Amino acid sequence: MDLLEYILGKSNYWASIVLMMIGLHAMISKNNLIKKLIGMSVFQTAIILFYVSSSAKRGAKIPIIHPHGDHADKADHAAEAGHHAADAVHHAIDATAYENPLPHVLMLTAIVVGVATLGLALAMVQKVYAAYGSIEEDEVLAAIAEATANGASISMPSPSDSPAQGDVSPS
Amino acid sequence: MSEQIPLLILLVPLLGAVGLGLFALRRPAAAMPVVFGALGIAVLAAIHTLLRIVDEGGSVITYNLAGWDRLPERASGKAIGIEYKIDAFNALVLVLITAVALVNALYLRARIAVECAGKEILYAVLYLLLVVGLCGMVITNDAFNLYVLLEISSLTSYALIGIGRRRAAHASFNYIITGTIGASFYLLGVGYLYMQVGTLNIGDIHEVLTASAELRASASVKVACMMIMAGLWLKMAMFPMHGWLPNAYRYAPSPSGSLMAPLVTKVMVVVMLRVMVNLFGLDYLFAELNWRPVIVGLACVAILAGSLLALAQRDLRAMLCYLIVAEVGYMVGGAWVGNEAGITGVAYHVLSDACMTFCLFLAAAAIILRTGEHRLGAFRGAFQRIPVAMTAFTVGAFSMIGLPPTCGFFSKWYLLQGGIEAGQWHYVAALLISSLVNAVLFFRIFEIALFGKIEVPETGVRDVDALPRDTWERVPAATKVGLVVAAIAVIAVGLLNRPIALWIGKALNFIEVAG
Repeated sequence: MDLLEYILGKSNYWASIVLMMIGLHAMISKNNLIKKLIGMSVFQTAIILFYVSSSAKRGAKIPIIHPHGDHADKADHAAEAGHHAADAVHHAIDATAYENPLPHVLMLTAIVVGVATLGLALAMVQKVYAAYGSIEEDEVLAAIAEATANGASISMPSPSDSPAQGDVSPS
Repeated sequence: MSEQIPLLILLVPLLGAVGLGLFALRRPAAAMPVVFGALGIAVLAAIHTLLRIVDEGGSVITYNLAGWDRLPERASGKAIGIEYKIDAFNALVLVLITAVALVNALYLRARIAVECAGKEILYAVLYLLLVVGLCGMVITNDAFNLYVLLEISSLTSYALIGIGRRRAAHASFNYIITGTIGASFYLLGVGYLYMQVGTLNIGDIHEVLTASAELRASASVKVACMMIMAGLWLKMAMFPMHGWLPNAYRYAPSPSGSLMAPLVTKVMVVVMLRVMVNLFGLDYLFAELNWRPVIVGLACVAILAGSLLALAQRDLRAMLCYLIVAEVGYMVGGAWVGNEAGITGVAYHVLSDACMTFCLFLAAAAIILRTGEHRLGAFRGAFQRIPVAMTAFTVGAFSMIGLPPTCGFFSKWYLLQGGIEAGQWHYVAALLISSLVNAVLFFRIFEIALFGKIEVPETGVRDVDALPRDTWERVPAATKVGLVVAAIAVIAVGLLNRPIALWIGKALNFIEVAG
């Protein structure tokens, strides 16, 4: 029973850890480069879920602090006018009533980073495909081994070489 | 006004990159002037910052971005915004990063039109952004901001590698996968810490951890430490997580290789030092965790494996890449030996290893460019054919072996001293064996360079002197200037060992006291 509680009570963390492991497994063991990238996205998303779920709170408010406090609708404006400043301070300090916005903000940045990484990785996959005609890792490695065995030059191009434009076409 | 100067180190290259990307995409001629201008200003700002810190006797410059000052003491005294913090050691590393990037730009100018024709502007943008990311990582005092800058420098590294030919794309893809796992581990570790401690400011985290015995004993802080360390090790190519490095630096366009090989892994070591000294604190790491035997053991394996793998290589750049793996082992081991000499040695070794790796990679690039050969045979007759590059290579090689008066000798001396004081004899042995292997490695090259014969297809084997001289000088003059500067830097960092070690010690001590 304790174990069940242990698992259910922290279900959000368990979920993100399971997702993380799925992603990690795909990144390490899949042969297809795109599947690796899918794993990478799952992995990054799992971390984002982990952060965001850590800020969830039962019955918490959105962290927007109204300058007139929450009881502006309770009328009696004239009586409260003098206490507005004190109210604002009071609400700013009473942080327990609000959800912590910081993890969301952090993850906004992490999402941007993830998008950039994915875009760059997809561009690299495209380049690999253009060079070797495959996105299966074993086939790419075989093609590389074959090219190396044939003595293909990996040294720096000399100035007389053609510019880099044509280098992605399969030869 | 002058208190804004430290920010220029980041701001000028950043604005230069953005400006190039927005306004100059069709004007490839603008690439190099902007790179030189931006990096030149950054170097001057970094030197100014360093001199200011030295003038003030080792003060720590704190810069609150966007004017978000700390909360008043009665509220909690914690930081709200992102804080940058520069001490003497950070300032030295800043000078190093910007100067290496600037000198490397001399070589870049000669090669960019050949290796990245049509992509000059894009390359220059990435180049500047990488410098921004690296500099930012060194001085930021915010754990999450560190992650963002880590990813900025990683993303630009991936692109700077992948922009090369054929095999570069696959090497870059592997780097992306490994690098993303590393950065994600770091992020996860920071998440654990944040949930426990409630702040992201490195100094504040340290304060909370020191104050609370409960947190120090908590499993989640331990896991956080483990995650952050594992992430950083993946990023710095600590053996056995080094798989991405050799191919990535080997197949990258040569200016990318000579920029990233000296800087990226070394900056990750600086970050590891910051995490160890400023974030968790040495007390916590060595009194509470007691991981020293395991990690120093791992570092010894890394040193030996890196050296032996380097010895097995026949390709010049691959050999240098495996030497980096061994050097990372030196630095991780030295840091986790955990005494003052060891940590001073690591900080010093960051500087000296960056100088000598830069010197070696630049010389190797010039030698490969000149001879058109990437195997060790390229060195046949090198002293006569390419005297400048070969002299620089020799200086770098002596430093790798650890001969005085080069910087490699002095930093290795501190590392050895740290190992001996802590009684970590296997670490001391690994360092010495690795130095011997390096000696074998480089004297083999000198043998080829001095006594190897050149084969000319028509006439068979001939002496170097018989080759027509006009084919000898194809290394651009600007690259030669870069080589000379790099070689002088290797010796200068060695000769200045006393002041450098003094300032490093002051910076680290100061942090311990203020921590």
